[in-house]
Amino acid sequence: MSRFTTALGSSIGAKLVMALTGLALLGFVLAHMIGNLQVFAGPEKINAYAHTLQNLGPILWAMRIGLLTIFGLHVWTAFKLWTANKAARPVPYAVVVPSASTYASRTMIWSGFIVLAFIVYHLLHFTLGAVQGDIFQQTREAWTAADGKHPDVYAMIVRGFRSPAVALSYVVAQLLLGLHLSHGVSSVFQTLGFTSPRLACVKKAAGPLVATVIVIGNCSIPLAILLGLVGKGVN
Amino acid sequence: MNLTLKVWRQQGPSTPGRFETYEAKGVSEHISFLEMLDGVNERLLGEGKEPIAFEHDCREGICGTCSMVINGEPHGPVKGTTACQLHMRMFSDGNVITIEPWRARAFPIIKDLVVDRSAFDRIIQKGGFISANAGSAPDGNAVPIPKPDADAAFEAAACIGCGACVAACPNGSAMLFVGAKVSHLGHLPQGQPERDLRALGMVQQADAELFGNCTNHYECGEHCPKEIDVKVIAEMNRDFVRAAIRAEEPKQVAGSG
Ligand code: HEM
Ligand code: FES
Repeated sequence: MSRFTTALGSSIGAKLVMALTGLALLGFVLAHMIGNLQVFAGPEKINAYAHTLQNLGPILWAMRIGLLTIFGLHVWTAFKLWTANKAARPVPYAVVVPSASTYASRTMIWSGFIVLAFIVYHLLHFTLGAVQGDIFQQTREAWTAADGKHPDVYAMIVRGFRSPAVALSYVVAQLLLGLHLSHGVSSVFQTLGFTSPRLACVKKAAGPLVATVIVIGNCSIPLAILLGLVGKGVN
Repeated sequence: MNLTLKVWRQQGPSTPGRFETYEAKGVSEHISFLEMLDGVNERLLGEGKEPIAFEHDCREGICGTCSMVINGEPHGPVKGTTACQLHMRMFSDGNVITIEPWRARAFPIIKDLVVDRSAFDRIIQKGGFISANAGSAPDGNAVPIPKPDADAAFEAAACIGCGACVAACPNGSAMLFVGAKVSHLGHLPQGQPERDLRALGMVQQADAELFGNCTNHYECGEHCPKEIDVKVIAEMNRDFVRAAIRAEEPKQVAGSG
């Protein structure tokens, strides 16, 4: 095992951690988006979905802890790589002419940090009710199902996103996540060692494609609510 | 043509450096970039000043010695070209040209534009070789090698170890260099015995030399004078992972065997 653990601690080991945790996070982001798109199917659907998730009990906690670990690893390794890479060039060039690198590739750490800040805000908003606390409290037991009263997640989301500031902050965060993934997803192929020339175009297109899907999917929710297309029944 | 040069001057590894401005007058468009610098140096010598120290050897683009960043690009603005093969016709009258050394912690400056690239030698010592039996030379074609493999190995073998990849990388990473060596020997039957040790050893040495980490910016491939494809980095990643997960510790590579 010793060789394995030293290898994991090397620069390629760190790259591998970035790629695998990044992929896992991407999986979560996609699943989360598909789940949330159910707001377009009306309150019944999304409230039942939220209720199912809440009822998972220990599985929910296992998922939360797993996700947090993966996320922590991704951020910690990113920080480690970033500081090491800064240190590798102590004296900067007087003239810098970027050619193959992209705006997205050069700003991974900043798009990452902004996404991190957004995730904290998002949890304070919809999970802990520290942002827009009044809405969170008022919708908490507002949905009546066969087995009692549950949170009216639909109303919470709709009322939350009627605030233009809140809705737009979500849109901005998604654009940055999209920037992050437009480089990140393409990068994963290289990190994991895909070399086939037949894959070359997939490698290049995957990042921008996945980023576009996620930006459109996730932004559609706050924008549809802000424009009054969704949630007419909520007052 | 007349040019203005802004050149990094630094007396020694631990003395602070600075840019000095020089005028290069009446430069012929037919000469090379290094010949243009020779002209400036001759004038400096005539004036009793210290000439600009820069490295060069073959001046035909094969030794990889001529290391300088010209206007923000290692080896200058022409793709697939070393600084010694760069011609002055690529510039025009009145241009201001900034010339800097390779900038990386792992390549400390010796003087002016000359950097110490012995970190690359130490990386090579960790696996950039094959073991060959002593004795009479084997028949050149005794070991059949499929054409695609021979081609891939040849492409990677074009690396002249100049360090432009490190100079170009925003992270100061040496992974194009290491990848080229791993890919070159990994595609050949002769490279198989040390394949695992090569990937592990060379990558770990590059880390120990304090080169940065690859984050797939691909600036290296863009500025490589031999246009090594960044796919060698993916090949190296794969070899490295494969070597890391093999359970068995390898036996001694070199030695009496
Ligand atoms: C939902 C959240 C996130 C997702 C889905 C995600 C996804 C990814 C993916 C797929 C990669 C590419 C890995 C590779 O190069 O092979 C990546 C790289 C990176 N991520 Fe994230 N990321 C997220 C959050 C963050 C956060 C919060 C940070 C904070 C610091 C961050 C910093 C970075 C950095 C610096 C890289 C480049 C690392 C490298 O290329 O070596 N990411 N991310
Ligand atoms: S001097 Fe040999 S490659 Fe330029």
